Amino acid sequence: MSVVSLFFYLFSGVLIASAVMVVSSRNPVHAVLFLILAFFNAAGLFLLMGAEFLAMILIVVYVGAVAVLFLFVVMMLDVDFAELRQGFLQYLPLGVLISAIFFIEIALVVGTWQLAPDALAMRKAATATPVDAMNARALGRVLYTEYVYFFQAAGLILLVAMIGAIVLTLREREGVRRQSIPQQNARTKAGSMVVVDVPVGQGVSNEGVFRKDAAGQKV
Amino acid sequence: MVDYTPPAKKSLVGPMILGTLVFVVLVVAAWVAFAVLRYLVMETTWFVPLLIVAGKTLLLLAGLLIFIAYILLADRKIWAAVQLRRGPNVVGPFGVLQSFADFLKFVLKEPVIPASADKVLFLLAPLLTCVLALAAWAVIPLNAGWAIADINVGVLYIFAISSLGVYGIIIGGWASNSKYPFLGALRSAAQMVSYEVSIGFVIITVLMLVGSLNLTDIVLAQQNSGPAHWLGVPWFTMLNWFFIPLFPMFVIFFISALAETNRPPFDLPEAESELVAGFMSEYGSTPYLLFMLGEYVAIMTMCALTVILFLGGWTPPLAIAPFTWVPGVVWFVLKVCVVFFGFAMVKAMVPRYRYDQLMRLGWKVFLPLSLAAVVIVAGVLQLTGWYR
Repeated sequence: MSVVSLFFYLFSGVLIASAVMVVSSRNPVHAVLFLILAFFNAAGLFLLMGAEFLAMILIVVYVGAVAVLFLFVVMMLDVDFAELRQGFLQYLPLGVLISAIFFIEIALVVGTWQLAPDALAMRKAATATPVDAMNARALGRVLYTEYVYFFQAAGLILLVAMIGAIVLTLREREGVRRQSIPQQNARTKAGSMVVVDVPVGQGVSNEGVFRKDAAGQKV
Repeated sequence: MVDYTPPAKKSLVGPMILGTLVFVVLVVAAWVAFAVLRYLVMETTWFVPLLIVAGKTLLLLAGLLIFIAYILLADRKIWAAVQLRRGPNVVGPFGVLQSFADFLKFVLKEPVIPASADKVLFLLAPLLTCVLALAAWAVIPLNAGWAIADINVGVLYIFAISSLGVYGIIIGGWASNSKYPFLGALRSAAQMVSYEVSIGFVIITVLMLVGSLNLTDIVLAQQNSGPAHWLGVPWFTMLNWFFIPLFPMFVIFFISALAETNRPPFDLPEAESELVAGFMSEYGSTPYLLFMLGEYVAIMTMCALTVILFLGGWTPPLAIAPFTWVPGVVWFVLKVCVVFFGFAMVKAMVPRYRYDQLMRLGWKVFLPLSLAAVVIVAGVLQLTGWYR
């Protein structure tokens, strides 16, 4: 057994174990952390396959950004653990059924792949060796040169999704004083400060110290 | 009269048998160990390279940690000098042993774990911060060919690892099960994710000039092409460094690096005037030490990345006689020190940002600027054919 296969079994073993823990751990924060561990091991598997660029992107995008926001949300939720656990047995048959279907499908795919007489040739065709070893360059060529229109279309779809989310959630509330950055930056000493000459022993009259706007209202 | 009974004479047979047994076991163990070692060295192809890598790693880590002990001292001294204080000056001459005294103090204290904390995660968080920060140094080339792992996607690796640094903070803040740490953790999560975006775009502009993600290639590109060659003065390598053509990006990267490492003026996750000590409120002794160490290692990583991306890595500023005699690693360390001096001066001089100002700077100023820069740099390269 070579070192590579040792690492393969290490990564896949931890990946499967942490994926099981994602579903079975009682604390949602722990579940998210196990999910992150699973991402990590998936990145390790990518590395073993020689897809170093994809491995790094997986970590940057999913672990570094998406999972952080996941964790952010899960930590802020006020989760009632007892209530969460109630439905577990109730939904177990459904879950088992779905996972059985998935398992059968995967088994069928893998089984026919191996049973097919021309399997070896097909595999070779599927993983054509790139001309240059740098897979960042190879991916870039495919993504930004050959399929640039599809890439742009995918980007537009994401943009629409983002705008949709903002439109759905952004609301202007009445009667709330909002922060205005230009107004804050435009503040000067003259407009916001009054120097009062206070006579000794008399104090300041109530009105004198407040700044007033053009309409004579206290600000 | 005292009742005295002399101790019974002990038989020597038991200890002798035991001694012989221990001796035999030791000999067998030594023989087995030798045989295994011999097999690993002679028969396998991976063991000796593994040993070499482990040795290099130990050397780098030891050097880095000692360097950081003095960087920490320098940070405090610079801060003190700006405020007309003396700074640490008691332990050792001029306080040069202060960091080691602090280290001993933290290590010898008792770690206190709050009763309501998630114990495993509470202790995992500082460890994660420290280990991840140190892991980034695996790919940093201190000199030509000195990187422990000279991988193709070096920049991406550092970017990925530094984006993971936020986990130590979030996990620590949550596991403390206390208000202020949690607020600090939330701030930190939002802050680090925001500034990563602009750092990513700045890195992309550099990559477009280089055409490679390898850190060594990035340094070599600043040696082999650029304005110095076009002007006919190839010895004037300083002109080639990317901080000249990409000066705005250099500034954005520097400021984003401050925010990414939670340095002042962006140290809102641990703002002491609002959040006690932020995510570190519940920590003490060694876990706290690991947090601080991780933070400073991350700062060093960012300084090193600035040097590699913008200041020509290990190359001398002028490729003429007295400068080329100095080894590259010395230039690298000098440049890192210069960048860190910038970090320290900013800490001493700039007041802390308010949180909404921080978010505004990240999303409304740096993001559009760096996005525009990516388009402009790409356009210029495409039209003029420079850096081919």
